[in-house]
Amino acid sequence: MSEYIKELLYKMADDQLIIGHRNSEWTGLGPLLEEDIAFSSMAQDKVGQSQHLYQLLHELGASDPDTVAFTRNAKQFHCCQLVELPIGDYSFSIVRHFLFDFAEALRFEALSNSSFQPLAQVARKFKGEIKYHTLHANTWMQQLGNGNEESKAKMQSALNEAWPYALGIFEKGHFENQLIENKVFFGEEALKQQWLDLVSPLIKKAGLKVPHGTKNTKGIGGRVGIHTEYLQPLLNEMTEVYAIDPSADW
Amino acid sequence: MYGNAYIDPNDPKNKLIAGEDPAKLQAFEETILAGKKIEPQDWMPVNYRKQLVRMIEQHAHSEIIGALPEGTWITRAPGFRRKLALMAKVQDEVGHAQLLYAAAETLGKSREDMINDLISGKSKYSNVFNYPAKTWADSAVIAWLIDAGAIVNQLANSKGSYGPYCRALERICYEESFHLKYGHDNVVHLATGTKKQRAMVQDALNRWWPPIMHFFGPSDKESVHTEILMRWKVKMASNDDMRQQFLDMYVPKIWDLGLTLPDKKLRKNPETKKWMYTEPDWDEFKRVINGDGPCNAERLAVRRMAEQRGRWVRKAIVNPKDSYVKPFA
Repeated sequence: MSEYIKELLYKMADDQLIIGHRNSEWTGLGPLLEEDIAFSSMAQDKVGQSQHLYQLLHELGASDPDTVAFTRNAKQFHCCQLVELPIGDYSFSIVRHFLFDFAEALRFEALSNSSFQPLAQVARKFKGEIKYHTLHANTWMQQLGNGNEESKAKMQSALNEAWPYALGIFEKGHFENQLIENKVFFGEEALKQQWLDLVSPLIKKAGLKVPHGTKNTKGIGGRVGIHTEYLQPLLNEMTEVYAIDPSADW
Repeated sequence: MYGNAYIDPNDPKNKLIAGEDPAKLQAFEETILAGKKIEPQDWMPVNYRKQLVRMIEQHAHSEIIGALPEGTWITRAPGFRRKLALMAKVQDEVGHAQLLYAAAETLGKSREDMINDLISGKSKYSNVFNYPAKTWADSAVIAWLIDAGAIVNQLANSKGSYGPYCRALERICYEESFHLKYGHDNVVHLATGTKKQRAMVQDALNRWWPPIMHFFGPSDKESVHTEILMRWKVKMASNDDMRQQFLDMYVPKIWDLGLTLPDKKLRKNPETKKWMYTEPDWDEFKRVINGDGPCNAERLAVRRMAEQRGRWVRKAIVNPKDSYVKPFA
């Protein structure tokens, strides 16, 4: 099966796995119990989605989902750099969640019409899950952006920090043209435009400024295996038990 | 999961019914005797309210502190199946805390006050969570046996007299029964797995056995207070009875897996049908409850850090015009 589809599946699956892993780190540490629970729910959805996508890859000849997820090193991952950054302050996690999940929602929407049927099918399923994620993200963006001076300042600073990395979501892969020509996916550039049109007014409504710059300048390279210093330690932790004996049944 | 609320019935402060109106007290006790529930708006003795707040609050704290030792294994769980299950399991525990804080709030203490008492060290939580979860197998043993112990305790308490607590417990027990299955499945995989896996789970069991034996608390001393608390259906079963019930249900299952327990005296007396065991070290139990366990400082520090780091979020969403409203029962 075509390499270009595999490339798309890998980057999506890796994005979901790593953001899911980061979301799960809020369990027990959230600012409110309700947020521990919310981030855990989203983590479960994301990790579940990654498993589905790895399963599609498995059907295209890759190893089984556990092997693919739990035995590769950072260079072999295709996630964008945004998802691998540490959870940081709650403001950063909310902003990342907002920027990333609106991009995902649009991606799944576009892919639900993909010419690659197995992907169109899972994209339709994911659409049903992600609408709650974006609802959650936007509710908090609005509340904290329009909250008090302290919360507004924290949210703006987190937004400025996350923005260049968020643009890295739309980094093109090697097979961008084939994906578009074969109507598998309408392409990262078109997705980025839709995303800017969607998030910019929401950011303004939250009383925040949309950071300058829409060109990818930072946070680039994730799609081709160039990552921040944070990904390999995350993977070391994630695979710590699995690596004790990868052939064992855990 | 959860732990046993530690009520000291011999506390001289607990002169449980001093000063209560005898007629109201009688009506209250008759309601309980008839098997009816006490609801938040009903009259209740001062000490009934106090004991319940303390008990439910401790239970709620145990859920959020209990999320910490297992939570550290979410990011390290081996494989999708375990990772997804453990996330859902620990999420349930935090959800239990949410339910229980709401139940305790119906008695007049706010969640914020309860959490402040937790991080100041004023109120307690289950002792077992002051021990470290060193390996993946620890998380499996906790999910199986600590949750099993919690179910024994909570099933008893769900037949108690305070409506909101009983209803919360019924739902909690339902979810705990899934945790128990998850934990058991996890332990079975390790115990029947590779040499390393078997060694890992045996080691975890050896380390967790003393805290598990402590779990139900010391033998209840006979006193007029125990009698009243049982009559009020605040305390539903004696600590020793619950421990016996737990041993009866789980020791054979542990032995069936080819695992051993670090107590040479542990066996069931065929005549009395009671389990015999080495008396747990209650001095250690008291020492750990009073703050001197391997993880007390770390657990509270993590909780305190989470509260401090989250303060700006809570502050930003509070509307100063709103006043505090007790949740519905």
